[in-house]
Amino acid sequence: MSLKGKAALVGVAESDLGEVGPGLTPLDLIGQATLRTLDEAGLEKGDVDGLFSSSAYYHMPTLSVGEYLGIRPRYSDGTSMGGSSFVSHLFHAAAAIDAGLCEVALIAYGSTQRSGGGRLVSASEASPYEAPYRPRYPVSMYALATSRHMHEYGTTREQLAEVAVAAREWAKLNPKAFVRDNLTVEDVLNSRMVSSPLSVLDCCLVTDGGAAAVVTSAERARQLKKPPVYLLGAGEAHWHRNISQMPDLTTTAATESAPQAYEMAGVDPKDVDVVMLYDAFTINTVMLLEDLGFCEKGEGGAFVSGGRISPSGELAVNTSGGGLSYNHPGMYGLLLIVEAVRQLRGEGGERQVEGAETALVHGNGGVFSSQVTAVLGTESTI
Amino acid sequence: MKELREESAPNETYTRYLGEGKLVFQHCTGCGRAVFYPRVLCPYCGSPSLEWRESSGRGAVYAATAIYHRDREPHNVALVDLDEGFRMMSRVEGIAAEEVEIGTRVYFEAREEEGGPVAVFVTEEG
Repeated sequence: MSLKGKAALVGVAESDLGEVGPGLTPLDLIGQATLRTLDEAGLEKGDVDGLFSSSAYYHMPTLSVGEYLGIRPRYSDGTSMGGSSFVSHLFHAAAAIDAGLCEVALIAYGSTQRSGGGRLVSASEASPYEAPYRPRYPVSMYALATSRHMHEYGTTREQLAEVAVAAREWAKLNPKAFVRDNLTVEDVLNSRMVSSPLSVLDCCLVTDGGAAAVVTSAERARQLKKPPVYLLGAGEAHWHRNISQMPDLTTTAATESAPQAYEMAGVDPKDVDVVMLYDAFTINTVMLLEDLGFCEKGEGGAFVSGGRISPSGELAVNTSGGGLSYNHPGMYGLLLIVEAVRQLRGEGGERQVEGAETALVHGNGGVFSSQVTAVLGTESTI
Repeated sequence: MKELREESAPNETYTRYLGEGKLVFQHCTGCGRAVFYPRVLCPYCGSPSLEWRESSGRGAVYAATAIYHRDREPHNVALVDLDEGFRMMSRVEGIAAEEVEIGTRVYFEAREEEGGPVAVFVTEEG
């Protein structure tokens, strides 16, 4: 079944971001983002009949979100596979809309993890086969993958630092980015080691934040306020939950999700104008660019070097500043979609990628576990 | 390899052997692959015919990280590939956390810890 052009994003919004203070709850942030996104779309709350959410705070997220917002959906999806969940929600929403199971889908997320203590709030259970060794979840798992990528392909800490520096260069162009001061490769290399070979500046931020997105049928989308951003293709795959069960630490299930998405969309990596990929750690950008087909396996380190993915480079990657420098409220996947939509509408301001018509959104969840790819496009792409 | 006794709960069986100083894994009689962590079916071929085997305890470090602390020395976490063809998370003892290298040959030892028996590894020379 092809979903190409069947559904479109008609509203995207962030809640307040960064550090919102101790009073607000994750549901308050979801409420803020929902008000903003419905207003942008020109829709009423009562129009929403499909609800999608995932959370580290709410065990039954769509129930909590539905209750708070006063939405009674006829289609509800709390797919939970980490930070990629929201890209999966977009995929599932398009399928549900195409099947006539709902018409206006709201995807919502919120977290107050920074104001709530500054640590990652995680509902992750400990594996009895991993917990005794006290890995620091999730950074140590990504560090293990990094160690292997370095061993097999000669990837260096300098190359990883290039990812952090490029993200920061983009963040400098985004007024909503949490950190916008200057960053050099040396700064990253000299920063405090957390779980070798990853130092603190190889790791994403810990911020508050939330977002909401509205998806509807292509027909209805054309009647609304904003130019529709269409889902052209999507794919999802997962092979493991625990890092000790990942078959090959240098290759993710994005090698399956991305070809599915490209095939449905009828595009190749060379057609993509903006790449929004989940950069929980610098290694993510390196490995995912390989697995998404932008370079060969093992060449990710060289690929990101020399500023290739910075604002002055050849490929626009994580134009918001990413999880590394923009915001990372526990699970970041929905914010990837927000930025991709803005770029395709030409609303990127200083960081706008000129003439962007096709964007790739790639969510990663767990410990390189779940991989969800979506290709988005403007009216001209369908 | 010596036949080991059957038990019903995979994790309990594994832990009991570990308490006796033995590292065990499951061998799938359906597809011949080594299975770890213990389960009630083979994740590769779906067969329920898994038999317990004792590992030689010899393997090599597949991936490694040193985890840093503000108030004490770093500790190491490694993924170890056992010679029988299964991988597990563990730690390598007897060497500084930062010096554990991928490819290093290691050997299993059991440790008794607060939460129960734990499988660790030491370098083969060590």
